[in-house]
Amino acid sequence: MDISNAIRTWVDKRFPLTQLWNDHVGEYYAPKNFNFWYYFGSLALFVLILQIITGIWLTMNYNPSAEGAFDSVEYIMRDVPFGWLLRYMHSTGASFFFIVVYLHMFRAMLYGSYKKPRELVWIFGLIIYLCLMMEAFFGYLLPWGQMSFWGAKVITSLFGAVPFIGDWLMEIIRGDYNVSGITLNRFFALHVVAIPMILLGLVVAHIISLHEVGSNNPDGIDIKKIKDDNGNPKDGITFHPYYSVKDSFGLVFFLIIFCTVLFYFPTFGGYFLEAPNFDPANELVTPEHIAPVWYFTPFYAILRAVPDKLAGVLAMGAAVVIWFFLPWLDRSEVRSIRYRGIFYKLFLSLFVVSFCILGYLGMEVPTPGKTLLAQICSLIYFAFFLLMPIYTSLDKNKTVPKRLT
Amino acid sequence: MLKKNKFITTFLYSILFSGIILASDGHIKLDKANVNVKDYASLQRGAKIYMTTCATCHSIKYVRYKELAKQIEMVDSSGDILVDVVKNGLMHSGGKITDNIISSLSEKDGQKWFGKSPPDLSLVARCRGVDWIYTYLRSFYEDKNKLWGVNNIVFPDVAMPHVLLNYQGLKGLSESNAHDQHFINLKLIKQGSLNETEYDLMVLDLVNFLSYVGEPHQVARKRLGVWVLIFLSVLLVFTYLLKREYWKDIK
Repeated sequence: MDISNAIRTWVDKRFPLTQLWNDHVGEYYAPKNFNFWYYFGSLALFVLILQIITGIWLTMNYNPSAEGAFDSVEYIMRDVPFGWLLRYMHSTGASFFFIVVYLHMFRAMLYGSYKKPRELVWIFGLIIYLCLMMEAFFGYLLPWGQMSFWGAKVITSLFGAVPFIGDWLMEIIRGDYNVSGITLNRFFALHVVAIPMILLGLVVAHIISLHEVGSNNPDGIDIKKIKDDNGNPKDGITFHPYYSVKDSFGLVFFLIIFCTVLFYFPTFGGYFLEAPNFDPANELVTPEHIAPVWYFTPFYAILRAVPDKLAGVLAMGAAVVIWFFLPWLDRSEVRSIRYRGIFYKLFLSLFVVSFCILGYLGMEVPTPGKTLLAQICSLIYFAFFLLMPIYTSLDKNKTVPKRLT
Repeated sequence: MLKKNKFITTFLYSILFSGIILASDGHIKLDKANVNVKDYASLQRGAKIYMTTCATCHSIKYVRYKELAKQIEMVDSSGDILVDVVKNGLMHSGGKITDNIISSLSEKDGQKWFGKSPPDLSLVARCRGVDWIYTYLRSFYEDKNKLWGVNNIVFPDVAMPHVLLNYQGLKGLSESNAHDQHFINLKLIKQGSLNETEYDLMVLDLVNFLSYVGEPHQVARKRLGVWVLIFLSVLLVFTYLLKREYWKDIK
């Protein structure tokens, strides 16, 4: 069409629309051998957009005050047309965001996607993950149920363990001497304005830095080394249409699972929406058992595994921060697990199993046996990172082929 | 390929493993309440019991008579709400049909009479679960040391009297129960107006009603889900075919 061409030319002279499209979609060459694990990046982006859109509509009917928050959530669930659908999409979306992100991170560990030259992609990704944790934590207070209140109380009290400035810090975060309506209001502001803005900016940075160096692949081979006459990688295919259609298929498959949970198991047996949270916040009644939502429990288990409060908080912090050093702890010559030796495979398997066990233990009431198990799993968790320079240097790797298999 | 599968298997096993541990629980064994929120006759019976025996003290403040009547199908053949039936059958304390269901007991009086103001029950089915309510209402037993002469196995030292006493009759704790409270094994001391089966069915209607009250749109949710999943399944076929068509020339 002439008219659409004319409009595009007019825009392109003033804004690099076509160039942006080509750089990131139309002529972005991705390796042709992406497998199952490569769906989770685009799915994470989808869930982020879903959370933002459902969040906007929820905000229209939500009342951020200690007096009105719980009632307004029930108002959304009962009286707002399709309010229940929006609320369940948002609550199910939160848990699925973490499922998708954890699988996305696991992919990076399988194929060494964090290794040179993708260190910044990895670091931006981890900051996204940190923001996501904050976003989830702030958001969980908003329904103002028993678990919202006591969960926030326990987590904010951890800052009180910091020497000298602990009490002051805790008060600054809560805005009060206890978790109160003031805390709710500031968490609301952070949840709907501050963190989402940072998240969006970080996602852009994550994608730009990825497209600057190019995507890794299950073979961990640099496809830019072998190019055709036009200067395009021989083992690469353009993102659009090849991966846009493939990701569409992945998205619909994901949506089938997502909607099955959304429509038939919205509380997911109390793991996505905890039963005590249907009881309004009451500072005079402590719930029988306080546990964070499942996606925080591995870190919570590490916190409780350490007998001293301050040391526990430090261990929990270290468990998150240590991820940032992964690109430099890994001394292996090869990226992909396909060509790595036995040590990395062994340690990664142990790590994944410990992480899942810690996740389970974080939801449980601690017993001496369970605490011991949590201590063992925490040790494995840290050993995976701290021993990495040793076992990745010792590993007997296989020869990496020149082209994709 | 083999290695990749091994990893997926390890991963899935670890998830499965944690699932198995989660299934075990150390609490008192609850009887299963087979609720069916699509059974409108049961919901109507449950509503009637609730409004005659529970609503005096327990509000369900998020529910309005009108919405309730519409959703549990207290309507005529043309879909209009049977206002007189609702007023006579459910609204014992008067008021307008558009009112929320609030008990006439003030918080202060509740505190004075029971030691604890009776809680709102809008979300009790979501908070405690239907099995818990079903077991709780069938677990009262005689305990002369208590203010109301009864105690409860799943809710020890409960502040509520056994309001369904006339229906169930009075039960007593047998010796074995004192040591092992994991199973309900109460003996009837005084006959009520219903036999055990009838009483269980009545409680089930009540629990069914509370389940509906906890999430009024649950039927609509499940109904919509079917259409969404059918649509997505069709879309899945088309996106798969589209993907296959485009990827034909990639070797």
